Amino acid sequence: MNISYRWLRELAPGLAGDADEVAERLAALGAPADSKTAIGAALTDIRVARVLEAGRHPNADRLWLCAVDAGGGETLRVVCGAPNVRSGGYYPFAPVGAELPGGMKIRRAKIRGEVSEGMLCSARELELGHDHAGILELNGIYEPGVPFAEAAGLDDTRLELDVTADRPDLLSHLGVARELVGVDGVSLPAVPGFERAILDEVELDSGEAVAEAGGVRVEIEDPAACMRFLGAVVEGVRVAPSPAWLAMRLRAVGLRPINNVVDVTNYVTHELGRPMHAYDLDRLDGARIGVRWARRGERLVTLDGVERELEEGMLVIADAARAVGLAGVMGGEATEVGDDTANVLLELAHFDPKAVRATRRAAGLSTDASYRFERGVDPDEAERALRRALAMIRAVAGGRVHPRVADAHPTKPEPIEVAIRTARAERVLGVPLTTERLRELLEPIGLRLLGGDAAISTYRVPGHRRGDLVREVDLIEEVARHAGYDAFPEERRPTRPSAVPDAPLSVLEGRLRQRWAGRGFLEARTAAFAPEGQGDVELLNPLSSDESRLRRSLLPGLAGRVRYNQARGRRDVRLFEIGTAFAPAASGDHKPRETTRLAAVATGGVRPPHWGSETPDWDLWDARGFLDDMARALDLPARAVPRSEVEPRSDIEASLGGGLLEPDATFRLRTEDGFIAGVAGLVRAGAADAPPWSAPWVALEVILPGEPDLSDRRRLAPIPAHPAIERDLALIAPASSPASAVEGEIRKAASGLLVGLRLFDVYEGPGIQPGERSLAFRLRFQAADRTLTDAEVDAEVERVLDRLEEELDVRQRT
Amino acid sequence: MLAAAQAEVAAAGDADSLEAVRVRWLGRKEGRLSAVLRALGSLQAEQRGAVGAAANRAKRSLSEALDRRADALARSGGADRDAPAIDLTLPGRDQWRGGVHPVTIVIDEICDIFRGLGFTRARGPEAETVWHNFEALNTPLDHPAADEHDTMYLGPCTVLRSHTSPVQIRTMQAHEPPVRIVVPGMAYRRDPFDASHAPAFEQIEGLAVDDGVTFVEFKWTLAEFGRRFFGADTRTRFRPSFFPFTEPSAEVDVTCMICDARGCSACKGTGWVEIMGAGMVDPAVFEQVGYDPERYTGYAFGMGPARIAMLRYGVPDIRMFYDSDVRFLEQFAR
Repeated sequence: MNISYRWLRELAPGLAGDADEVAERLAALGAPADSKTAIGAALTDIRVARVLEAGRHPNADRLWLCAVDAGGGETLRVVCGAPNVRSGGYYPFAPVGAELPGGMKIRRAKIRGEVSEGMLCSARELELGHDHAGILELNGIYEPGVPFAEAAGLDDTRLELDVTADRPDLLSHLGVARELVGVDGVSLPAVPGFERAILDEVELDSGEAVAEAGGVRVEIEDPAACMRFLGAVVEGVRVAPSPAWLAMRLRAVGLRPINNVVDVTNYVTHELGRPMHAYDLDRLDGARIGVRWARRGERLVTLDGVERELEEGMLVIADAARAVGLAGVMGGEATEVGDDTANVLLELAHFDPKAVRATRRAAGLSTDASYRFERGVDPDEAERALRRALAMIRAVAGGRVHPRVADAHPTKPEPIEVAIRTARAERVLGVPLTTERLRELLEPIGLRLLGGDAAISTYRVPGHRRGDLVREVDLIEEVARHAGYDAFPEERRPTRPSAVPDAPLSVLEGRLRQRWAGRGFLEARTAAFAPEGQGDVELLNPLSSDESRLRRSLLPGLAGRVRYNQARGRRDVRLFEIGTAFAPAASGDHKPRETTRLAAVATGGVRPPHWGSETPDWDLWDARGFLDDMARALDLPARAVPRSEVEPRSDIEASLGGGLLEPDATFRLRTEDGFIAGVAGLVRAGAADAPPWSAPWVALEVILPGEPDLSDRRRLAPIPAHPAIERDLALIAPASSPASAVEGEIRKAASGLLVGLRLFDVYEGPGIQPGERSLAFRLRFQAADRTLTDAEVDAEVERVLDRLEEELDVRQRT
Repeated sequence: MLAAAQAEVAAAGDADSLEAVRVRWLGRKEGRLSAVLRALGSLQAEQRGAVGAAANRAKRSLSEALDRRADALARSGGADRDAPAIDLTLPGRDQWRGGVHPVTIVIDEICDIFRGLGFTRARGPEAETVWHNFEALNTPLDHPAADEHDTMYLGPCTVLRSHTSPVQIRTMQAHEPPVRIVVPGMAYRRDPFDASHAPAFEQIEGLAVDDGVTFVEFKWTLAEFGRRFFGADTRTRFRPSFFPFTEPSAEVDVTCMICDARGCSACKGTGWVEIMGAGMVDPAVFEQVGYDPERYTGYAFGMGPARIAMLRYGVPDIRMFYDSDVRFLEQFAR
């Protein structure tokens, strides 16, 4: 909401402080200014000049050669083309070197052979209005050379207020003035050239859904959608550019002057907060106007020149034949007030906020009017606003106001009364209060005390606050606001700690972040949006087609971030992320299923390069190791197995990996119950889209339990008191025997004395037959109660070797 | 004795002289250390143990030094007669630097501060019902206040939560007061990505509800948070505002930590930066979750940790947090 400081002063003569101080007080009341603009700033170069003598230009019929006093002691010669220049008049003057608001620089120029030392300006040249018929004559007497902006009262400040959705009353100068100085501090000034603030001499022809005035019939179809419709007729207006004071005001709040009649409606909208609209009466069909719901297929060209197809559910203003405006949003082009308009119908209505909202949304068109109607206008301000507009039209456009005004008023507002308990206000705000103190703070808002005692008081709510003061707590907020939030102490009070336990998943996430960061990975945060191929949950209103879904897996997005870094020449990248993946809602539910996951991608060296030794790149076996490590970190009874050993049993399990992993180089983390908790492996070359110098990418994705059990059930196992004996077995196995099978047979053959088994070498090549390979295991034997003898261990090894030979045709390498 | 031997090892410039050192010290017949070990037999039993152990340690250490030197000589072709034994100026074997995201750092620090003030950490789903996201929070969908969220829809009554506030509702439905929670999580709005807006962004919600919670306590708690997070001299300012689910509502500003409130580009010359929206919980919200609004009062707040991280670390563009550029992230790794 743009507010002119001068306009505010005019409505609140007692307002103290300059624009900065006013802005500060408004911020403390909850309506901070997003920006402050000095309005006269574009006119700093313009001075007031007196034309001493205006004579004919010797070489041009339509030009004048003037002697001008612009202060400074010397008389300047200025060529002027305006028909209205006269000796003795005062005008805005741009001396040589001055810059006009449009950016044009004034230079000494020869015009038809005569030197001109500056320019006398029209309203349009100063961007103060449309009027270009002549230069802008200032009424009154001035000291030549004084700054024009100051002399014309143009030095103003525009405050762009940030008004919250609950305070439509602050969408007008009157409302802001009232907020600052209280209801008793504001008054409407007289209209320039009219001597009074409003036009009293009209009578309202009041009816329910129908009213008539000036030969025009007004009709409301749905009293719930339009509570009131006031229609006034003005005959014989002269449509022309607005006078400077009116045009300047509109410009001060950022509006473009159009013509005197339209400008008046905009002026009153911004002054009193009641939007209104003027129609060319002669273009209304059948001398009828009304409010009704649009009909399907109806068309309307709105003032912005757009032809719109209307829908049912849009509220329109219509004459006898057709829609002529979108109710509370924008008028129609066909009935627009233009230069040839002689007779005007002025409409001031009260539309239902929801109806305007629906109309505005369907049209995709937000205006000053719709913004105010949607938030709620003051029903008590209707009549005065209309009378003010009529007074102004009379003053600036002339014409005869028809003495009867149609007032269709089917829905009258119920009075609102709200009670406030002093003790309740104290309980919320935490400071002692009295009924008197409450009254002191509430009455300036316009609340009228109806009655009460020390415990409770009841107030009548004024029209301008009907929307937001309806409950006790609304009044408590007013008390806090007008007392000033700063007036309340900051005090530590005894409190009880939360009865809500920490979400265990959040705790687990914290631990996992530290684990991966400690391993040299950097945490990434990517958005959950994904293109069509990477998500199953669709957004109804996505920002772009690349972001039209919610991701089913974290990996594609994270891989994209690795690609981003490789595109910047980075070979070594290690990223991890903890985030949410989405799967379609289960049947009977509306909400998609969410899983919190951890994903990681690594490429390049496992350590920074070092002179002392070769640094290997991350490979498949790191991926497998990560997966087993995650099982430990999650305290899951699970282990990594080759992909083929377990099949996904749900879409969520199948989504792991996001289709990025090479199937033949993928592991799945299988739980004891056969669920898949995660995957890891090599990223497919095609999926990585990596530069040729890139090392292999390994990736992992794990589903975190939604409600992890973080209770720590560990019990210390006794530290072995007796030494262990290790034996290394080099085995020759057929290449068809997987290492896991050999390992399994070793475990089956050995007794409980086998406490450790690790495969430490795999070899194929010279010395080994084709179709075979050598697997070297280190076996660790230990007994809790005694030192083992060589003979005992020999017997164990013997059993192992026998079984391997029998079951797998595996023999010891000799 | 060992030091002398090792000096000879270091000085040996080629394989032959190194072999001579080995014979001189460890040779079976003349080796000086071998002689010591041979002489053990003549010692008293109680001395034998200690001397033997020391001699064996020395022998092992010397053997290793000889092996290392032989290795080094072999690799260098035996040509570094004048080089020092070990160049200790060579760089060590480094580890990759990993780290959590700067926004995570800020979230964790904020949650830790509130933990100290009696708050626990809660969470909730990112896809929400319209009821949880709006209606239960006293925000009718046809009210202009709902427009400001520019919500992303998944279905007629399902949205991506436009704030973390629905977790207030879920938590109050599941627990009786005292409730004191902070809720870090993602929120989504249909804001195009620019220097200060992200369509998916982090938010931290806070909620305190109990018998006797007042505006005065609310002000203290948030001012105390400001002092603990931004520094002991930080001042806090509460400005009236409007949120449908709090009343009275406030925007909370702290004195600019970058210019010490003198006015700079970060605070647009005002000396203050806005860090959160907050207020006393509207009784209509309590009614929605079945709390007695006459008995319980409370306050709620919401802040953007990414915005706070921008201020703290001087990050000029919010998009940098989500690019995952390693050159950016590494600056927050330790």
